Amino acid sequence: MALDSSKTTDFKYVGTRPDRPDGLDKVTGRAKFGADATAPGMLFAAIKRSPHAHAKILKIDASKALAMDGVKAVVTRADFAEGLTGETWNVLENVMAGETALYDGHAVAAVAATSALIARDAMKAIEVEYELLPHVTDVDKAMAADAPVIRAGAADASVPEGLHPNVVRYYESGHGDVEAGFAEADLVIEDHFTTEATHQGYIEPHACLGTLGADGKGELWCCTQGHWNVQKLCAAMLGIETSQLRVTASEIGGGFGGKTTIFIEPVALALSRKANRPVKLVMTRAEVFRASGPTSSTSMDVKIGMKSDGTITAAQGTFRLQGGAFPGGPCEMTAMCAFAPYNLTNVHQVGYDVMTNRPKQAAYRAPGSPMAAFAVESVIDELCNQLGLDPFEVRLKNASREGTRASFGPKWPRIGLVETLEAARAHPHYTAPLKEGQGRGISCGFWFNHGGETSVSLAMSEDGSAQIMVGTPDIGGSRASMALMAAEVLGIPYENIRCTIADTSSLGYNEISHGSRVTYASGLATIKAAEAAVEELCRRAAAKWDIPEEAVYWEDGYAKPSGPNAGDHAPLHITELTADMGATGGPINGHFEATPEGAGVSFATHIVDAEVDPETGATKVVRYTVVQDAGKAIHPTYVEGQFQGGAAQGIGWALNEEYIYGEDGRLQNAGFLDYRIPVASDLPFIDTVIVEVPNPGHPFGVRGVGETSICPPLAAIANAVSNAVGVRMRQLPMRPSRVLEALESKDG
Amino acid sequence: MQYFKPATFEEASALAAGAEGITRFLAGGTDVLVQLRSDLVTPDVLIDIKAIPGTHDITRTEDGGWRLGVAVTGAEMSEHPDLGRDWPGVVEAMDLIGSTQVQGRATPIGNLCNASPAADSVPAMIAAGAVLSVVGPDGARDIPVEEVPAGPGKTTLKKGEIATALTLPPRGAQGGDAYLRFIPRTEMDIAVVGCAINLTVEGEVITSARMALGAVAPTAVVVHAAADALVGRTLDDAALKALTDLAEASCNPIDDKRGTVKFRTHTAGVLARRVAQIAYDRAKGAKA
Amino acid sequence: MSKTHVTAKVNGDAVEFLCDPRETLLDVLRDRLGLTGAKEGCGTGDCGACSVTVDGRLVCSCLMLGVEAEGKEIGTVEGIADGETLHPLQKKFIEYAALQCGICTPGILIAAKSLLEKNPDPTETEVRYWLAGNLCRCTGYDKIIRAVMDTAAEMREAS
Repeated sequence: MALDSSKTTDFKYVGTRPDRPDGLDKVTGRAKFGADATAPGMLFAAIKRSPHAHAKILKIDASKALAMDGVKAVVTRADFAEGLTGETWNVLENVMAGETALYDGHAVAAVAATSALIARDAMKAIEVEYELLPHVTDVDKAMAADAPVIRAGAADASVPEGLHPNVVRYYESGHGDVEAGFAEADLVIEDHFTTEATHQGYIEPHACLGTLGADGKGELWCCTQGHWNVQKLCAAMLGIETSQLRVTASEIGGGFGGKTTIFIEPVALALSRKANRPVKLVMTRAEVFRASGPTSSTSMDVKIGMKSDGTITAAQGTFRLQGGAFPGGPCEMTAMCAFAPYNLTNVHQVGYDVMTNRPKQAAYRAPGSPMAAFAVESVIDELCNQLGLDPFEVRLKNASREGTRASFGPKWPRIGLVETLEAARAHPHYTAPLKEGQGRGISCGFWFNHGGETSVSLAMSEDGSAQIMVGTPDIGGSRASMALMAAEVLGIPYENIRCTIADTSSLGYNEISHGSRVTYASGLATIKAAEAAVEELCRRAAAKWDIPEEAVYWEDGYAKPSGPNAGDHAPLHITELTADMGATGGPINGHFEATPEGAGVSFATHIVDAEVDPETGATKVVRYTVVQDAGKAIHPTYVEGQFQGGAAQGIGWALNEEYIYGEDGRLQNAGFLDYRIPVASDLPFIDTVIVEVPNPGHPFGVRGVGETSICPPLAAIANAVSNAVGVRMRQLPMRPSRVLEALESKDG
Repeated sequence: MQYFKPATFEEASALAAGAEGITRFLAGGTDVLVQLRSDLVTPDVLIDIKAIPGTHDITRTEDGGWRLGVAVTGAEMSEHPDLGRDWPGVVEAMDLIGSTQVQGRATPIGNLCNASPAADSVPAMIAAGAVLSVVGPDGARDIPVEEVPAGPGKTTLKKGEIATALTLPPRGAQGGDAYLRFIPRTEMDIAVVGCAINLTVEGEVITSARMALGAVAPTAVVVHAAADALVGRTLDDAALKALTDLAEASCNPIDDKRGTVKFRTHTAGVLARRVAQIAYDRAKGAKA
Repeated sequence: MSKTHVTAKVNGDAVEFLCDPRETLLDVLRDRLGLTGAKEGCGTGDCGACSVTVDGRLVCSCLMLGVEAEGKEIGTVEGIADGETLHPLQKKFIEYAALQCGICTPGILIAAKSLLEKNPDPTETEVRYWLAGNLCRCTGYDKIIRAVMDTAAEMREAS
């Protein structure tokens, strides 16, 4: 009997809002984050970083540092494995520079000492000789013929001939005949858009505590979104076997994609091996900005044709992404997401991944999608304005629906875009009056969501309670969601389940917590593991009753005989089956491991009102509403939290956040003072509407929710500001000086 | 770095006069510690002046002004029952600096002696006619606030000289001051432009005016001509226009990551209008 | 390098420590006293994750030297609860899910507690401006502000 607990209604636990299991630890200060771990004999480390945007490393002299009291080890690239290839080589090259420092902040050496102060002093005493090389930090300039080459031969086979060597990947897709489509249009608008690099801005700097012995066995504690990935990469870089390194994920103080890769972990391990002591390494905030992974900056061209009735006849987009000094700018995802909300007969999209002398980009919440949406949804808004059409009507008219063909190829399964548009249009926000100086903007957004390799174990205790071990670090309250889903299957209270993030030695492989995959994939695996335990519980009941196991079914925590033919047996509660499990066949556990591929895509529609001070160009977001398809909200409060968090990050990106580089190629705002993320007084309350169009690929209908929420805000806010000032805003962030210039251009 | 906590100003001054290398005085530390942490300035000698008696006091002077000890914080100024009634612009300017947490430590005298061109409290203190008292190896002296900053990060204080207190003049009847700054967010930013104005009126007519701008030049700018533009007039549209032009003409800013020359110059004019209106309304009796 | 001997009180308990004059109060709390509730998010007073009270005054512990703690009374997140009884703010933060990752939570709790002690009936705007120095990247502040407002209302009713 294969139990199937799939359902989309009549939940007992799913959809409720219990307290999170890590709540008490987090309000009392005892939750242990990356920098909160200690070990006996622990050393402290600091990293020496390049002050230059591009420079050949001629000589590293650590003799003065090593002569200082308390200094125990210095490492450089020579202390890491050789012969790595592909992305592992790229990551190592980013973790510790080889022959060339590729950006301001690139690590060139590291030191471990008996105190943090000594380590810092010793780091400053390491002397590095550089030969400066020409640099480029702007995406368009990096593609120009005269741009300095960051690294020859970095391009892959996707790149057409004739492009600058800094173009390292190329993507193209589409269908139909866009030229014919534009010819059919009553109005064609083509515009150029740019966005600046932004940082994930997690409040917890990267931190780790590593121990590695000469025997090749190691322990690593770190804040990460994926500790198996850390294990694999670190082992390769240290030249040890993967299984010999046990990695434990700490509580994570925010990641948003930025902690899906590694920066400092192999350095702590290399220092530990050399000093034969545990080594703690914590980034400063300035290091986080200079040397962890921000998102790409972009240069984009979008052209859309529309009939006077609002039908889109053709759409074309070119998206150039700057991903730092390595391949990886998410050009294909940007291009694929761009027109995803629309059912188009003629569409064509092109993406370029371009290297510059900036830090290696890392994932940031729906990588690439927010920028694409900014360009596309701005052009649609302008078409609506010029043709005098309602922005909701136009979007509904052209919306992707089940069975229509996606802009990047496949046919859509059941999707919820139309439902979010209709819910947004019906929301009182859309018809609320605007005040003088205010403008309203709407935008749709799309994200793929992801499944990925997943392992979960569930174990029953004799008292009928259950423990779940999952391998996806909890970045948004997922332990609560796992416990709710297991409670639903087992039929025991939420409180009787403890969910733990297992270390790499305690569970099979798990992909990173990324792609909004955790509630979907670990959730699916948790349900399947719980079903496996329930099947065993039913077998034990069958044995006690001496009836076939097919004649037993599970309901609300009880094994019950399936009908009169099965015999007149009183239901057995789970506690009656676990109490003597040692004597009836041994421990009762459930496991599941697979790579689920039914992650349901997610769409959202946002409405925002912005108010612009016409004298200074300052913009304030005065009202914000998020409408998004969650498939099924397991813990609605945390779903709302994801919606609100994504919107808030989008507001920062749209208005004030940006990496600012000087002519010297150095980052000028490596701190929270001048990298301006929204503060509490910048934001209004953020309304949320959870739409639930169940995902057929998940037993309870879950769709990932974490990333889609940041896709519409850039465009929605740009549309609101543009409508407030009467001038199309094509560059982000919309800092006050830019808005003021737009106003002047209108008046002049 | 050596840390000292002297019990008197004389002791503090002697320590500073005899110190080698970089000396910093520590009151609130909200600049000193940031510079230390960011490796911008690591002092060789750090002299904590908060143990000196009287440094936390806010007292009325005999002539009806105010004397603020060198360690008086922004939070203490905001919480004071009377200071803000006399000098709301000075108190509000100080209160704009940093977070609630920073307010618990930051001092206006520190803000002045850190000599940032963008210091929020400095234009307000200049407009108010505040005076800094210092003691040093050559004795005590009083310096008008506008003469303290010498350029970004530099003051006119001599080696061994230490600030002891700030004096605000008597408010007098029918006076009002105000300060506004422009920042991209609503809090936590460094001023892109700051403007302070202090006025007195008789009825509707302005009888005295002092204006200062921040973040538009290497040091805060005293706009002396503001008096010519305003005194003897009401704050009508023509006066506001004249003030706007004057503010813009007084700017000598730079392009940097926080703002452009053009934006700073334009916004100085906008702020001048807005600040003048608040100060004028206050002078005429509006409650702060 | 010579260290300074400092005597202070943390959450009501007498403590003594030796510290380098360059160490901040935050360094001392975390590395010398084992109180890791206060977090370092920036080290420059911009994020508020290290918020503590010193003689009842809300400050960033990263912007105060350890040596300055001599004779002071320090309050940290570890001292908010009364035994097993949580402070009303702690309860409401869990109830409202006013935290996602939780790294900013200790600082926000300390700051919010300091606000409610000074102003038991703050407006939404007052809460937002009081907490403007406490960065949160996860929540958009929505549930944090609601939790603080509701705690204030409940504490007013209880008193």
